[in-house]
This record gives sequence, structure tokens and C-alpha cells, in this order.
Amino acid sequence: MNEPMLLAGTGETPMHETLAAGENFNFAYLDERTKRMIRRAILKAIAIPGYQVPFGSREMPLPYGWGTGGIQVTASVIGPLDVFKVIDQGADDTVNAINIRRFFERTTGVKITTHTSQATLIQTRHRIPEDPLTEGQVLVYQVPVPEPMQRLEPREAETRILHSLAEYGLMHVKLYEDIAKHGHIASTYDYPVMVNNRYIMSPSPIPKFDNPKMHLNPALQLFGAGREKRIYAVPPYTTVENLGFEDYPFEIQSWNVPCEICGATDTFLDEVITDDAGTRLHMCSDSNHCEARQNAGGVAP
Amino acid sequence: MYVAVKGGETAILNSYRLLDERRRGDATLAELSVGQIQQQLRLAVDRVMTEGSVYDPELAALSIKQAAGDLVEAIFLLRAYRTTLPRLGTSVPLDTARMQVQRRVSATFKDMPGGQLLGATYDYTQRLLDFTLLAQADCDHHDLAEGQARVPAMQAQEPMPRVVDMLNQEGLIEQAPVPAGDPAPMDLTREPLRFPADRATRLQNLARSDEGFLLAMAYSTQRGYSYTHPFVGEIRVGHVSLEIAPEELGFAISIGDMELTECEMVNQFAGNKNEPPQFTRGYGLAFGHSERKAMSMSLVDRALRVDEFGDAVQSPAQMQEFVLSHSDSLEASGFVQHLKLPHYVDFQAELDLVRKMRFSAQQMPSPANLESKP
Repeated sequence: MNEPMLLAGTGETPMHETLAAGENFNFAYLDERTKRMIRRAILKAIAIPGYQVPFGSREMPLPYGWGTGGIQVTASVIGPLDVFKVIDQGADDTVNAINIRRFFERTTGVKITTHTSQATLIQTRHRIPEDPLTEGQVLVYQVPVPEPMQRLEPREAETRILHSLAEYGLMHVKLYEDIAKHGHIASTYDYPVMVNNRYIMSPSPIPKFDNPKMHLNPALQLFGAGREKRIYAVPPYTTVENLGFEDYPFEIQSWNVPCEICGATDTFLDEVITDDAGTRLHMCSDSNHCEARQNAGGVAP
Repeated sequence: MYVAVKGGETAILNSYRLLDERRRGDATLAELSVGQIQQQLRLAVDRVMTEGSVYDPELAALSIKQAAGDLVEAIFLLRAYRTTLPRLGTSVPLDTARMQVQRRVSATFKDMPGGQLLGATYDYTQRLLDFTLLAQADCDHHDLAEGQARVPAMQAQEPMPRVVDMLNQEGLIEQAPVPAGDPAPMDLTREPLRFPADRATRLQNLARSDEGFLLAMAYSTQRGYSYTHPFVGEIRVGHVSLEIAPEELGFAISIGDMELTECEMVNQFAGNKNEPPQFTRGYGLAFGHSERKAMSMSLVDRALRVDEFGDAVQSPAQMQEFVLSHSDSLEASGFVQHLKLPHYVDFQAELDLVRKMRFSAQQMPSPANLESKP
């Protein structure tokens, strides 16, 4: 692993202790001591892929459950030369994405983009962009529930022991019971993964459609859970396997219609109700990807 | 045809404007001042300071005004402000025996040195709506007979020993000595909560926790979910001097007074192999006048000490992870309300799953068939 190089995307952008113009806050809101504490947690998370590192999560001016973990991770790694993108459900223009983007515009003044390829730092909720990420990019996930086994064993003291012993029978039995009851694994998002052959990890509530993108991804993937006070990471080119069985292998969702805006057949589609009769329209959830395809001459509606 | 969901930024800015208008209400009525809130809604101010973990009545009043009276939102504003404050020093432990007491009640002794003092309390008001408050803005002491004077100002009091300390003299109550080396407590606003949490950490969590949640937890212990045989040893409300001891000075100096409510709950304990029968203690402390909070806290504190007394953990109020992980109003409010955020992607995935499951259920209506591969 090339840990020292992992933060290269932001390493080019030295973390100056500058004040954003006209505001009484430090660059990226958090004070430098707090950022240092969070960076230490991030470095530990990178060194132990998939392991949940407890950290002294701060009370942010945005509510818990709305991205405070991702915001703190972003605030700790962002530098003045970064180009920043925020998506929620794949889109740059949903209100929560806008709100978080405004927060960093106010507190850092960094360059903002909606183009996945131009961003050095992307904060996301519930999606991985359709365009492949590249070396040097950092993807920050907002995580509501970092513990993949929380719904099976709510006591954190217990789940920590299970992780330390790599005792994951609980999770495998749950998946098996799904198959016994439903004939298939009944998880469609937040589908558990095994990272670096060691830790079972929650990929955050991304659709399982996105899970394969995590595997051997050249970008650094950081996960922040503010309310639960945990940070974890998938360093570049790390194996991320989806849990499954030989006779019931992992499968991703597929649609029998293309995106009705850009014609894509290989993207995650949202269903939109367009009239009182319940007529449905399918369109890409990744707004930037869809727009780029339209501009490049994809199918017009 | 489909109209994309755009214009979120304009919507947010318009929402700010509407919020300001709604908060101000009818502009023909005088605007509420922060000073009025601080003076006349003092119990709301006390709750916001307690759960906001900042002793600053003016800022608490400001946050109540800004939040249009939504106390959980006010606590949020105060906490978000607090998070940026530097830590300048650590105070000397408060000595509540030296509290200038405005109210002091014990349910265990009819009288004791220092006496009982009813003070300002809603306890013995008969809860009848007072329409004179509606009719006139300044109804001063309406229920006092002519000639009855205002309550005289308090004289400075001698130190008043706590009731539990008197029980100590007979050895009937457990001692709470300062642990060896007097270790600094952890700061929950700087360190993540880890389990099992020690008592100092638990008390810190309970002091910040939502009053309603704590009240319900405390109530559950009275209804059989880990009954602790509680008696109010003492509740005292009053001002305590806050002192710091700067290293360069070498002695403590007072930096001001703070109003506190302290509750010592005394609980019967039958004893076990290691401990003789005695009374045990639960502790509650809150900023300002917050008796419901302090009492609930002391009941839950005692319930959470289950392992010290060798009892089995059976009820929610005894479960550290259950109580401490769900007690914070901001964590709870944020996560419950985050369900308002878009979940299109997850819902889309679930739509497909439910369709798939319905399809296979229709194909194979018998449950026995469902067991086999579809």
C-alpha cells in the first residue's frame, strides 16, 4: 500500500490556516486542532481498511443525520486549491447537496464544480458517481449507521468484539435466512461488503448497483459518521467484495428500459411519477452524467 | 413533460425569509426582546442552558428567540455555538454545600440543620388558569393581600451540609470518595462515548440529555422496570460560586456565580456478599432551576449503577448502551428528521425488490414453494 501518497489529491493543496473572507470562522469552519484530530483518525482508518475508528465528532451547525460526518471529513481534508463537488442521491441540485455546498463555499471559498472528472474532492450521500473516479480524487461518503451489524446486534460493545475476532457468522446467517425466506438476499442498498479480506463494512446506503465501483477503485474513499462518531476508509486499489454465496452470488439491479432523457442503459435509474395516472419516467439518478450525455448527443426526450 | 427538480438554492433562500417572517409574527405587536425572554421565560432558558451545556442565560434566551420557542432547536443553536469555543481552563470542583440556597427540600427528614425552604415552586400551585395574566400585562402579586410585602431579600447563608452527608456520619449510606489521583473526567464533547462508560462519563451524558427522555426512563424505574426504592434525600436550588485556580496564582479565585439545581436520591439497598445493607445514592445536577431534570437524572444514574451492586441488567433504564446512546436530543432529532431528506435512490431499490417479491409470490402462492428456489 502506498499510504504516504494517498492524500496526494489534497496534498497538492496545502492546508493553510486562512480565514474565509468576511466570516469569523477558520478555513472550512473547524479549528486546526480539531482538523488534526480528525486527520489522525482518517490516517488510522486508511491504515486499517474497513475498520471503524472512533473520533471526537463535533457538534456541527448542521443537524446530525444530515451529513455531519462527511462534512467533518471534508473540512479536515479540503484545501484552498481543491475543486469540490457535492451530490445527494446522485444529483448536484437536491436541497441538502446545495446546503452542504453553500456551507463550504462560505467557509472555504474553494472552486465548485458539478463535473465528476474535474472534482478533486467529492462529498456524496447515497451514490457513487457513474463516471469512473481516478487516482488523486477523494470521495467522502456521509454515513448514517457505520456498524453493518447494528440491526442484528444493537450493542456496540458486542459488535466491536465480533469485528476484532472477524466473527461474522451473524451476518452470513442473516443473508442465508433472506434466501430461505425470500429466495434471494433482501438487501438492495447498504449491502454489506468485505474490505481487504478482513472487515465487514457498511458501504453507506448506496444502492447495491454501486457496490462494484468500490472494488479496486483508484480514488481514496473516506466514510464519516458524525452522530455515531466513527470514520473509516477504503484506500485506493483495495479489494471490496460483496457478501454472497456460491449458489446465490451477488447481483446488481438492472432495468429493462433506458434513461428516457439521455438513453443510457448502464446507469442507476430513478423512477419519476409524471401525472395523476401514475405514468412513470425513468431517468439517471446521476444528474451530471446524464447532462454530459445529453450534451454529447445522447437521445433527446 | 417532466420538469427537473431545480432551483433548490432559491428555495432555500426564500425559506430563510419566510422563516424570519413567521418568527416575527404579527408586526403590529411589540417584538419580544432577548432580555424579556431571559427574565420571563427563565425555566425555558434554564433547560436550554442545561442541555446546551453552556451557562449563558443571554445566549440561551437569544437562541430561544431565534428558534421561535422550539427548545430543542434552541439547544441545537447553542451547542453549535459552543463547539467553536476555546477551552480556557478547568474550574475547581463546585462545592454545593456552600450554595446560597433559595429552595431546599428533603423527603427523608422532617427537619435538619439549615431547615427546609419551599422557595419559588409550582409544586403547590393549584393549576387554575390565571386570567388576570391575560387581562393585564403587569399584575404584580395579585394574590397577596393588601399590605403584604414582597418576599424579603435573602441574607447570605452559612454553609449548609448536605442531607446525605449527615447519613454518612452513621455509616448508613455509601460513601463517594474522590477516586485515587482525582483523574480528570473525559469530555464527551471532545471524545466519543465508549462502552462501558464510567460513572463520571454517564453523568455527563445524562446532564446533557433530553429532559423528556430522561423523565420517561426515570418513570419506567418507578413502574417496575428496575425499581430502586428511591427517596429524595435532598433537592437544593441556589447560587454557587464558580472558582478557578490559575497555576500562576496558586490559589482559587471566584469568576462568578451560577444557579444550579442539585438532587441527591437515596435508595434502599439490601446488601450482598461484599456490601452490608445500606442506602445507595443517585445524583442529578442541572443549570438553573430544573428540578424535573435533576430528579430524573438521579433516578437514572442509580439505575445505571446496576453492575456495582451485582444486580442483573434487565430493564432499559439499566442498559448503558440503550440509555446513553439515545439520550441526546440533537442526535435523536437529527436522525429522526433526516428521513425528510431525499431517499429516492434507496426507495427505487426497494420498489424493485417489492415488485420482484410480489412477482415470485404470485408465481408460487404456497409458502412451501417459497422455500425452494424461485
